Amino acid sequence: MSNWDNFIFTFFNARVMAEYLPRIIDGFFLTVGLAALIVASGLALGLALAVIRSFRIRPVNWLIVFLVDLFRALPPLVVIVLIYFGLPPVGLAPSGFVSTWVALTLVLAAFAEEIFWAGILAVPRGQWEAARSTGMGFAQTLLWVVLPQAVRLTIPPLTNRTIAITKGTALGSVVAVAEILSQASAGVSFSSNPSPLTLGAIAYLILFVPVVAFGRWVETRFAWRR
Amino acid sequence: MELFVATFLNLEVMRAASPILLQGLLITLQLIAVAVPLGLLGGVLLALLSTARSRWVRWPLIVWVDLFRALPPLVLLVFIYAGLPFAGLDISAFGAVAIGFFLNTSSYYGEIFRAGIESIPRGQMEAARSTGLSKIQAMAWVILPQAARNVLPDLVSNTLEVVKLTSIASVVALPELLYQARQAQSVTYNSSPIVAAAAIYFVLLWPVVRLLSRLEHRAVARR
Repeated sequence: MSNWDNFIFTFFNARVMAEYLPRIIDGFFLTVGLAALIVASGLALGLALAVIRSFRIRPVNWLIVFLVDLFRALPPLVVIVLIYFGLPPVGLAPSGFVSTWVALTLVLAAFAEEIFWAGILAVPRGQWEAARSTGMGFAQTLLWVVLPQAVRLTIPPLTNRTIAITKGTALGSVVAVAEILSQASAGVSFSSNPSPLTLGAIAYLILFVPVVAFGRWVETRFAWRR
Repeated sequence: MELFVATFLNLEVMRAASPILLQGLLITLQLIAVAVPLGLLGGVLLALLSTARSRWVRWPLIVWVDLFRALPPLVLLVFIYAGLPFAGLDISAFGAVAIGFFLNTSSYYGEIFRAGIESIPRGQMEAARSTGLSKIQAMAWVILPQAARNVLPDLVSNTLEVVKLTSIASVVALPELLYQARQAQSVTYNSSPIVAAAAIYFVLLWPVVRLLSRLEHRAVARR
């Protein structure tokens, strides 16, 4: 067998790939579902925290800043491991899926809060004053005047951060979530051939290359004016 | 409450685990010392290449960078560590981590430096060249320092991500901080070692996070 044939046999083995394709496809949809859940709950929680922070209640804000700093400083895998392996001794046993979801939600929420808050601060004070002078209350001003402008400012940094964190779904493989990477790794050990990993990498590329390209486009489209 | 303290904040377990946690921390610091300079160097090279006029350089470069930005780092790492031995290349865990991190982080650093270089007006290059500096000298002494300063918050932020990323090396059994904490946790069936590891990461990285918050808010305030 020539080197090239050997390479193809090893990394692009059609027989092995055909056998494990259905599992990779299962993993693909699980990854998409998990990522969608994380994005939805993480962004919602982050926005909620930023809104609470804008009421400027001192002790509450200290708590928010501490939590945000905490989940920006901790590696996501450490948070996942802490939830999945750390909680069972106190009688809580979240599944790998739930652990990954909760952990990455907290991490995304921390980053999103920081970005939303920067956006809220970036809206000029005059906007607040003008809105309040028309008779709107604080909450109304925040909701109808400040947030729409703030959110627009935050789209580019938020998009990139969200993409980076949703790629963390691969970390779920460490806690037995049957997403793409763990399906592929299982395939490698069953078949003694790395082609399932090639397939897994291709699945990730199919999922994330459009997302990364979208991030690039968003960055130029909504560029922060410096 | 007692159960909570005994499970998560058990000082005795933490003390017993502290030697191997420190060993793990040492490996983590070594990983950082390898991954960050390599990534920065690769990033500068990628950014310099992306200033090339020829589209035969620029297009493959965009594909390369997007490829490694799209692949989750853990996938890349597992592919290198579990896949390459099948091709007859036996690779140590540390080697696999170094290669994987290089490919991943240099792509991110590269994008940041590219944005930095693009933020410097063309006139700077022309002025530097007119004083007799060669193209390389002008790049190294005039353009790059200004570019790096313009994207400093992004550089710090990415470095923070790289440091945090070293925890995935535990997956390929490299005995860094998280791996050692997991070992200690499974031996004692007590979560305190993982809490201790988390505390170490937090103490190590909190100053960086604070610094970043200030840099970011200053950037917002300046607009």
